[in-house]
Amino acid sequence: MRRSNSGLCLLAAAALFSALPAMARTITVRPQAGTSGSGPNDHTRLQEALIAARPGDTIRLAAGRFRLQKGLSLDVANVTLLGAGPDKTILDYTGQTGAAEGLLITASGALIGSLAVENAAGNGLKSKDVDGISFVNLRVEWTGGPKASNGAYGVYPVSSKNVLIERTLVKGASDAGIYVGQSQNIIVRNNTASMNVAGIEIENSYNADVHDNLATNNAGGLLVFDLPDLPQQGGHSVRLFNNRIIANNHVNFAAPGNIVANVPSGTGIMVMANRNIHITGNEITDNKGNAVMLVAYTQAFTDKAYNPLPRGIAVRSNRFSGNGNAPSFKGGAEIAAAIGGTIPPVMWDGVQRFTSPGAASHTEADGPIIVDDSPVLNLGLGTWGTPLDQAKPSVGSMTADATQPNALHEPDAIQLPAAQLARAAAIKGGMIGR
Amino acid sequence: MITRLLLAAASMALLGAASPATPDLKRLLAEYPQPTLAAYRLFTDKAAMTPAAGVELYTLNTQLFTDYADKARYAFLPAGTTATVSATGAIEWPIGTTLIKHFQYDEGEGVRRLETRLLIRKASGWMPVSYVWNAAGTEARLQRAGLTISLTIPTPQGKQAINYQVPDQNQCKQCHQQSGAVTPIGPSLGNLNNDGQLQRWSAVGRLQNLPAILPRLVRWNDPAEPLDTRARAWLDVNCGHCHSRAGFASNSGLYLQHDEQDPTHWGVNKRPVAAGRGSGGHSFGIAPGDPDHSILVHRLESTDAGVMMPQFGRTLADTEAATLIRAWIKAMPPVAE
Repeated sequence: MRRSNSGLCLLAAAALFSALPAMARTITVRPQAGTSGSGPNDHTRLQEALIAARPGDTIRLAAGRFRLQKGLSLDVANVTLLGAGPDKTILDYTGQTGAAEGLLITASGALIGSLAVENAAGNGLKSKDVDGISFVNLRVEWTGGPKASNGAYGVYPVSSKNVLIERTLVKGASDAGIYVGQSQNIIVRNNTASMNVAGIEIENSYNADVHDNLATNNAGGLLVFDLPDLPQQGGHSVRLFNNRIIANNHVNFAAPGNIVANVPSGTGIMVMANRNIHITGNEITDNKGNAVMLVAYTQAFTDKAYNPLPRGIAVRSNRFSGNGNAPSFKGGAEIAAAIGGTIPPVMWDGVQRFTSPGAASHTEADGPIIVDDSPVLNLGLGTWGTPLDQAKPSVGSMTADATQPNALHEPDAIQLPAAQLARAAAIKGGMIGR
Repeated sequence: MITRLLLAAASMALLGAASPATPDLKRLLAEYPQPTLAAYRLFTDKAAMTPAAGVELYTLNTQLFTDYADKARYAFLPAGTTATVSATGAIEWPIGTTLIKHFQYDEGEGVRRLETRLLIRKASGWMPVSYVWNAAGTEARLQRAGLTISLTIPTPQGKQAINYQVPDQNQCKQCHQQSGAVTPIGPSLGNLNNDGQLQRWSAVGRLQNLPAILPRLVRWNDPAEPLDTRARAWLDVNCGHCHSRAGFASNSGLYLQHDEQDPTHWGVNKRPVAAGRGSGGHSFGIAPGDPDHSILVHRLESTDAGVMMPQFGRTLADTEAATLIRAWIKAMPPVAE
């Protein structure tokens, strides 16, 4: 690293160069011993480059394996961190002893592209409190296969705005492969998530398009959750479309206590709480449990601002086959047996009202459940808190006509800043075959 | 690698220190940090044992655990300036203020100093920077990308070999930020309120607007104080900078500042959000009456990079504090679900 002794002040450099985008440079960092191995200084050299970068710079990571004992972090705006390809440039955290994230991004406008993150002790790639973050053509993998001791999330933007995750492969995460938490304005597309507990999860987030992804061999394919007691909650306006959600029958290997540990193996799509969720045009096949599960948050909560109900949900024009023949959710086998061995693709818990902590009266669901492509297994629980053994399961139709006359309108497509999309489009490779 | 600072200081005294006796404010406020600690002239000797004029030692009631490192803290305020207590009880430091912290171990036959961290208050905000000492203890150089130092240290459990971690510049900011701006953590009014320290500062004009009734953060290891305030003080200083509504861990919903009012937010029967295997298989941050099933205890006792809290700044568990937190949770009445 030729600028390692320059003694630049990061903040001052940021102020000086933000006005001079033409000065953007490309800095190349190579693993210590090329492609055949490296040594303990990879972390120092890479971290120095990340600290010394100026806004607009590109840091190129040459092909090879960077052996890293500690996590890296990027705190300079508008930096591109670009490898030689997700099978060529590898950030290898095997045996990581400190700073649990693989790479933590805390500055806006970052693009991370064309590299791999392997065996991070905690999360693979995380961004927090940024506006504009793109993860493009990456591989995030725990190479020892699915294990509870793997890191929680592969790609993990949280409390972020204008999030793009595309053409990325995530394998082995002990929570969600791709997890977008408490964020806004999000596109997750053309990714592959496999052998994670959850393939892709959108949690406590607003305005997301999740499309053209492949989620296969996870315990659950795509999740849209909303949880209480968090700075951003009341998740809404998420579209899941044109995804392939295939055979998500992996054993759930999450550490108990985490919310995803409750996701039944064999789940295609699961929506818990949230409003205005649109599930359309997906291919959902060979998941042994529910192709689509719509449920309330069931744990006790004290948060008066929280709404545990899924409401305003539309399930339309999906292609279902081979799902539902061995549901693993509680009571699933008994219900399946009672209705002929296979449950219909869509299940709703039927919870339509709840009582906010300390409130005198019920709050009713403020939006319909509309399912026009499948019969619905309705557990008929009615009121939040009704135990599952008091379910009154029935199978019926919940098309728009049968439920409410008002159609639920889909939100507009997510728009990300044109400059962000253009930078991502300049990164080639990583499209999944169809 | 062994530094014998006392020896070094003695030899410096024999040679006679030639540095001017006042800190170099211009260099403190310069755009870029100096390559060496000595360049700021915050101390009058090369070993940084003797503070320059305007640089004063201070102490805290409860301090961050850093692998049992001894810390010596100094504050420099430029001549003629004063810190002010704001209406909210925060200390507003004048531009040029430099908070100085030495990290060192007493190895019996001398003190080995590893690093000296500065927080410099510039017009644009606070700048964190760390200087790492050479083996002779005669020079500390700028270290921005962090460093691992292998050494054996004395602990209450006996000598232990550790890989001491000097944080990188981004890690400094990660802990020290509130709402994105770098801020000091230790020297709060309540944590500085000991043995008349604040009153002395007030009397000499270093601090003004001192309220009549002063808050006080207790010493976490003072058995004469109530268990609850001791535990909350330790959590405040060791976790609350990150686990607050404006801190880096805001998204967790776990807020460990001593004045947090909502038991759910300080962990009681609170379920994990993004803990992953950090949960240790437990369902709640704090399971009242049951420290063995509390995620908080699991994470502060762990030294696994993917589990431990804080995430960096230590490589050992703070065994004595863990005992305190266990006793505190044990004493909480279990709540029926």
